[in-house]
Amino acid sequence: MSRDYSKILTANDLRLGDVVYWAADQRWAQAITDAVVFSDIATAEAALATAFAQSDLVVGPYLIDAITTETGPAPAHFREAFRMRGPSNYPHGKQEQAQG
Amino acid sequence: MYRYTEFDENFLRARNAQFRAQVARRLSGELTEDEFKPLRLMNGLYLQLHAYMLRVAIPYGTLNSAQMRGLARVARQWDKGYGHFTTRQNIQFNWPKLEDVPDILDALAEVGLHAIQTSGNTVRNVTADHFAGAAADEIADPRPVAELIRQWSTDHPEFQFLPRKFKIAVTGSPNDRAVTAAHDIGLRIVARDGEIGYQVLVGGGLGRTPMIGKVLVEFLPETDLLPYIEAIVAVYNLIGRRDNKYKARIKITLHETGLDEIKRLVEEELIARRAAFKGVDQRLLEEIRGHFAPPDFNTGGNSAPTLSPALRAFIDSNVTAHRHTNYAIVTVSMKSHGATPGDATATQMEVLADLAETYGHDELRISHEQNVILPYIPRSALSDLYQRLKAAGLATANIGKISDIIACPGMDYCALATARSIPIAKEIATHFRDIGLEEEIGALKIKISGCINACGHHHVGHIGILGLDRAGVENYQITLGGDHNEAAAIGERAGPGFSADALIPALERLLRAYLTLRDGVDEPFITTYRRVGLDPFKAALYPQEGAQDVAA
Ligand code: HEM
Ligand code: SF4
Repeated sequence: MSRDYSKILTANDLRLGDVVYWAADQRWAQAITDAVVFSDIATAEAALATAFAQSDLVVGPYLIDAITTETGPAPAHFREAFRMRGPSNYPHGKQEQAQG
Repeated sequence: MYRYTEFDENFLRARNAQFRAQVARRLSGELTEDEFKPLRLMNGLYLQLHAYMLRVAIPYGTLNSAQMRGLARVARQWDKGYGHFTTRQNIQFNWPKLEDVPDILDALAEVGLHAIQTSGNTVRNVTADHFAGAAADEIADPRPVAELIRQWSTDHPEFQFLPRKFKIAVTGSPNDRAVTAAHDIGLRIVARDGEIGYQVLVGGGLGRTPMIGKVLVEFLPETDLLPYIEAIVAVYNLIGRRDNKYKARIKITLHETGLDEIKRLVEEELIARRAAFKGVDQRLLEEIRGHFAPPDFNTGGNSAPTLSPALRAFIDSNVTAHRHTNYAIVTVSMKSHGATPGDATATQMEVLADLAETYGHDELRISHEQNVILPYIPRSALSDLYQRLKAAGLATANIGKISDIIACPGMDYCALATARSIPIAKEIATHFRDIGLEEEIGALKIKISGCINACGHHHVGHIGILGLDRAGVENYQITLGGDHNEAAAIGERAGPGFSADALIPALERLLRAYLTLRDGVDEPFITTYRRVGLDPFKAALYPQEGAQDVAA
């Protein structure tokens, strides 16, 4: 197992379609900064299995590569950075909620 | 225009009620996502990056003002105030909530629209020339046949589980504006000794393995049309590959089986199919034709307005010759510089609906190039229409030019994307306007896809741009010399891709090279390309490499 293993569990909210992250309080959070970062495969895969069992809450759960930044966990790949922010052509998605 | 029959309305109502129940069972947890996914896809509901997406079919791109207002209502009431017109003559709403979708579908049904067969391995929304019924160069209106195919294919029991999706396009004009050569079946209306028939192309498609359709039959009499199409789909349904999704489209079947063998199988199948139809299709076609009777053209004079320079520029680029001398076809650009190609706000949709109602015999079209067409505008109304478009910010005079770009949603929305398309399109449009080269470059088709699926038709762009992910960074590959019309061709890859930052300067080098290479201002990019070939353009794109070669 790689010592660099660093993953976040994400999905979309069943009702709203919104991007959500699995948080430390065992709930789906809106902000990636609340996400749990898994550092070993076994725990991550177990959480993913739990997420699949929560099909009444979320759709399409999967694990993404994470990095750690000053503001907390963040996605490693630009695709996930877009999911975290929203599209670049309108201030919609998460960036909109962030502005209130 | 085609009006729904009572049968259609009942069918839609029943279908929506069924989906409403399925959504309720999903929300209550009775249905798992695995169970629900195929059901939602059958009703045009996808999951994208940030939200669900609802894809609504606009059969052969034709709408009346009530339908356009219906789309505006969905955008305003349930979405974020806009919709995205696609290369498949559909509209996509990017932000519906699952629990709202049944209400949205009911609202659409009120104006005769739906999302059925916009997904799945079925015969998809049939597309057609967006100038159908209006173009001066048309042999016959392709929409009656498109509607016949739509009725035949909708819920066709034999064809709900094809090996893969199946797309049909029809053109009634020798100038192919429907990209028929890039469809599973492309139909081109042709006339021979005064008789109307069909040239049938098969096996075209873009995506991972781009192919130009091959002619299966040069002249199919109209009486055989539907049985013949059914025979093609039936043969494909039987022998198309189901073991590998990347080899499942009919283009691969054709490639592996051979044109002659496919033709033999289709003709064998045709005998039984033709007998089974017993001419019902022909009676239906006659009836449908009645619904597409041309409007009552106003023949009260051709008082062309006095043209201001701005109106003249607009007419030069956005107006196309009409079959009726007193009329004009107006293309409204959904590509104002810096805007997202194909996006329309609810307010813009309403303005367009009003204009169609006031001036244009209540008809609108959506083009695969992501623009809106007013196909029946009296020339005498052009000046008033232009003023109203201008007031609504819809008078961009750029049709067919560098800023009239096709772009798929790319990674700003699409879950399958490998890179973004929209910001690239916006940047190209504003950059070439700002450096003052747009008019000088003239006619040019740039088409951008955010992944290999090629929803943005990049293979058939004069300049195609494909967004890829190279080691976690967006990277853009350029293809040159593609074409989308009757001279359809797949573009050639120019070389290694460019980063987003390097792409615009590379395109500028390429187009400055074209301006030097062209044989006079009237030679468009694609003609120059065909004349001089890839090499000089390659040299412009990759100047360092040339220098290295010389050095070596
Ligand atoms: C979530 C959105 C979308 C998804 C999941 C999606 C998926 C796909 C896939 C998987 C293919 C390849 C099919 C194959 O070769 O078998 C494809 C092709 C295509 N799609 Fe999309 N697409 C999406 C949006 C769009 C949009 C917005 C447009 C129009 C702008 C579009 C138009 C097309 C076209 C024209 C093709 C290519 C040609 C062909 O069928 O060979 N799609 N799409
Ligand atoms: S080409 Fe790719 S990125 Fe663009 S819409 Fe199609 S699937 Fe999505």
